[in-house]
Amino acid sequence: MVSLTINGRIVKAKDGEMLLAVLRREKIDVPAMCHHAAVEPFGACRLCVVEITRAEWKGWCDYVTSCLYPVSPGLIVNTHSDKVNELRRTILDLFLARHPDCPEIAELAGEYGVFKTTYETVVGGNNCILCGLCTRICDRMGFTAISTVGRGHGKEVAPPLRQAPPDCVGCLACAENCPTKFIEYKLRKKRVTIWEREFELLTCTKCGKTTITKDFAEYLSRHRAIDAGYFEICDECRRKNLAVSMGEIVNWERELLT
Amino acid sequence: MRLSSTGQLTQLRTKCQAAAKKHKKKVLVCCGPGCLAAGAQKIADRFRTVLKQKRIAGFSVQALKETGCHGFCEQGPLVVIEPGGTFYTKVKTRDVEEIIDRSVRKDEVVQRLLYKDPRSGKSIRDWAKIDFYAHQNRIALQKLGQIAQCDIEDYIAGGGYAALAKALTKMTGDRIIDEVTTSGLRGRGGAGFAAGRKWRTCKDVQSDTRYVICNGDEGDPGAFMDRAIMEGDPHSVLEGMIIAAFAVGSSEGYIYVREEYPLAVVNLQKAIEQAEALGLLGNDILGTGFSFSIKISRGAGAFVCGESSALMKSVAGQVGEPRAKYIRSVIKGLHDRPTVLNNVETFANVPVIIDRGADWFAKIGAKNNSGTKAFSLVGKVRNTGLIEVAMGTTLRKIIFDIGGGIIGDRPFKAVQTGGPSGGCLPQSQLDLPVDFDSLTKAGSMMGSGGMIVMDDKTCMVDVAKYFLGFLVEESCGKCVPCREGLYQLHRLTIKVSEGRATEEDLSTIEKLSEMVIIGSLCGLGKSGPNPVLSTMKYFKDEYLAHIRDKRCPAGVCRELITYEITPDCTGCMACIAVCATHAITGKKGKVHTLDQAKCTKCGACYAVCQHDAVLVS
Ligand SMILES: Cc1cc2nc3c(=O)[nH]c(=O)nc-3n(C[C@H](O)[C@H](O)[C@H](O)COP(=O)(O)O)c2cc1C
Ligand code: SF4
Ligand code: SF4
Ligand code: FES
Repeated sequence: MVSLTINGRIVKAKDGEMLLAVLRREKIDVPAMCHHAAVEPFGACRLCVVEITRAEWKGWCDYVTSCLYPVSPGLIVNTHSDKVNELRRTILDLFLARHPDCPEIAELAGEYGVFKTTYETVVGGNNCILCGLCTRICDRMGFTAISTVGRGHGKEVAPPLRQAPPDCVGCLACAENCPTKFIEYKLRKKRVTIWEREFELLTCTKCGKTTITKDFAEYLSRHRAIDAGYFEICDECRRKNLAVSMGEIVNWERELLT
Repeated sequence: MRLSSTGQLTQLRTKCQAAAKKHKKKVLVCCGPGCLAAGAQKIADRFRTVLKQKRIAGFSVQALKETGCHGFCEQGPLVVIEPGGTFYTKVKTRDVEEIIDRSVRKDEVVQRLLYKDPRSGKSIRDWAKIDFYAHQNRIALQKLGQIAQCDIEDYIAGGGYAALAKALTKMTGDRIIDEVTTSGLRGRGGAGFAAGRKWRTCKDVQSDTRYVICNGDEGDPGAFMDRAIMEGDPHSVLEGMIIAAFAVGSSEGYIYVREEYPLAVVNLQKAIEQAEALGLLGNDILGTGFSFSIKISRGAGAFVCGESSALMKSVAGQVGEPRAKYIRSVIKGLHDRPTVLNNVETFANVPVIIDRGADWFAKIGAKNNSGTKAFSLVGKVRNTGLIEVAMGTTLRKIIFDIGGGIIGDRPFKAVQTGGPSGGCLPQSQLDLPVDFDSLTKAGSMMGSGGMIVMDDKTCMVDVAKYFLGFLVEESCGKCVPCREGLYQLHRLTIKVSEGRATEEDLSTIEKLSEMVIIGSLCGLGKSGPNPVLSTMKYFKDEYLAHIRDKRCPAGVCRELITYEITPDCTGCMACIAVCATHAITGKKGKVHTLDQAKCTKCGACYAVCQHDAVLVS
């Protein structure tokens, strides 16, 4: 356990824990667009930046991204100093110039009082903020079907060679975790299309509703030691099944006792 | 032959020196990057052929050396005859025979090939007496240009690997680190971090494995110091690395070489093999039981790969993108192990420090900035080339004494140091001593040692725009302040250069720059606004001229200039021939006319006019 000061309040945290996790626990609102608990911190959006100092720094302070800054005893944190707010506003302002039609950005920018960009609007922009969540999550799942290509201002997320990615299993994790809903997919009755690939969806043998893609189920049963039969029913029906069997068990126990 | 003791190394040295003494003369043909581009290889080949034919008494072809960069690239191809240092410039293949007949066989000089001092007009025979060399102080580049490029025996004959022998047998790791610390050696790759302190931290971290990496990525446009060393004196880098490895307790090293330097890869590889064959690298070095191996890692062709965390990812086979380093790479570097990363020139200084002692080294240079620094001096300066000066030498001395002043005696305007994210310093800073701290204080930085001299025909807004454009391309694109911020800074400088900006845009530039500096993840973004900040600091008037008067004083920014044909026009029709948009019309012998509506301001007419009849305003 270490103790640190956040916005004038003494707070306890685990040694080496990332500062953002502590802020979240303490319900201190700090924006963070490239962070997700499932993947390693990345430090790309820079919105989670905070001002830190220490008694021995004699007034000198530093700006660090809280998502990947490990806490240590005696740390003094200010999550909304003037400079920090200005930096967040600048980032959101830059985002507005790059993604003029993105509602998620507009909303967050609005919270920080930025309604119109100071800068030149980027032509041909899109809504991908290059937070890297999609690629990192895909990578984490073990597929690495998509990645960022290029560098600098022209960087973008794409499958290898910009062709339908052979390693994609249609799990939709990229799209579901995209903070700006940039990655599109089409869900039809028994099929889903993402990254220009079409996948067959499994149907629940009990209720007939579609569940996950066949490729995804195969992958999970092969690599995560989950029995293939597990995917034959949907989560909803599984819960129902379980409730029913729980009832039976309780009944059975009662019978046994009497 | 493997050397299994330091005694055997000394014996080998004596043998090499004796062999060298058999030749009465040495012919050094510079085969550095500049001279090669000017045709040096053909000259070296010609020397070999003719020398073989002529069979001169007391001279064998072995005394013909293809060396690394001698420095004075501007005058290349260079040929030096030692002893005596007879220095031939701009040598052509047809001069070779004459040089051999007069300067190798006899002791005469070929007068017309000597360097002529532009001030006194006198020819100078000995290179060491030429201003360009006389004001230099060579430590890291000591052997460069004096020995054959890839010849370990030449290196050993000149005292090479003696420092390694001393380190391995007479010093402990701690002693070496203390020595390097006392010498005050600071990293030559940019940030100027104390090398000894870095080595100490690495050694003190608990770990089973440690790595030593040499940064040979050299991405600054126009810079070639590290390239020259890697190609021309690779053993000095290896020796420095082996000493570092022994000091910190590492058994595995890498040299990360920029993609665009194939010859450096070849020469380093050769040098590694030569050192391994002699038992100076590999298992049980010089019979001391210490083992260290070096592998070459090819760069990924991006400027940002020179940044330490990106470099280490790239060496490990991942995408070279920086990561945040709240834990420094010296503690958690390659494969998460403690890693010493130093620049090529930093390592090249190490053998000299061990050999001659920390106190000797510490006396050279300036306070807290000991030793020397190599620069590639380029731009509008007369003597371009590779130089090394004591830290604290003034910009004036470098540009005017060594560099010989501005081409065509035009006025000096600015000097850019520190690579793409460095800064531009004006006339008023000419007496600034060149060292890490002074440059940073003046708003520029040392960087890895590029130095670009600019004359009055350079527009500082255009310069800022150029470097920002480079950085926008080279940013890895990971973090927002750098990717989007530098992009917008670039757009803003374009706005100024096109005369569309307001004074408010200048304060936007200043504010955004500050945010990019504090908000960016790695050094590229953190130093990225330097070009625009330093030019705004020292050349504010020029920015204001673009904004208030819609005028580019240097006559560079296309949108703000017009070309006119003056009555001096002789009607030669040269400009009519080069104008792609047919904006110029006229008859032979009559003053031509230029249609402003059709002019795209490409400047072709200005460049081609022999009669100064095209005016830029
Ligand atoms: C964008 C960027 C590019 C860099 N490029 C180089 C390079 O080409 N060569 C180099 O030696 N150091 C480069 N550096 C500095 C390295 O990160 C590192 O500080 C250096 O290699 C350490 O060696 P030194 O202490 O001997 O200078 C670069 C840094 C940044 C931020
Ligand atoms: S597509 Fe979405 S998740 Fe992927 S990098 Fe862009 S914004 Fe982030
Ligand atoms: S500062 Fe620039 S180069 Fe460095 S990580 Fe951020 S985007 Fe990449
Ligand atoms: S959440 Fe920390 S930088 Fe994006």
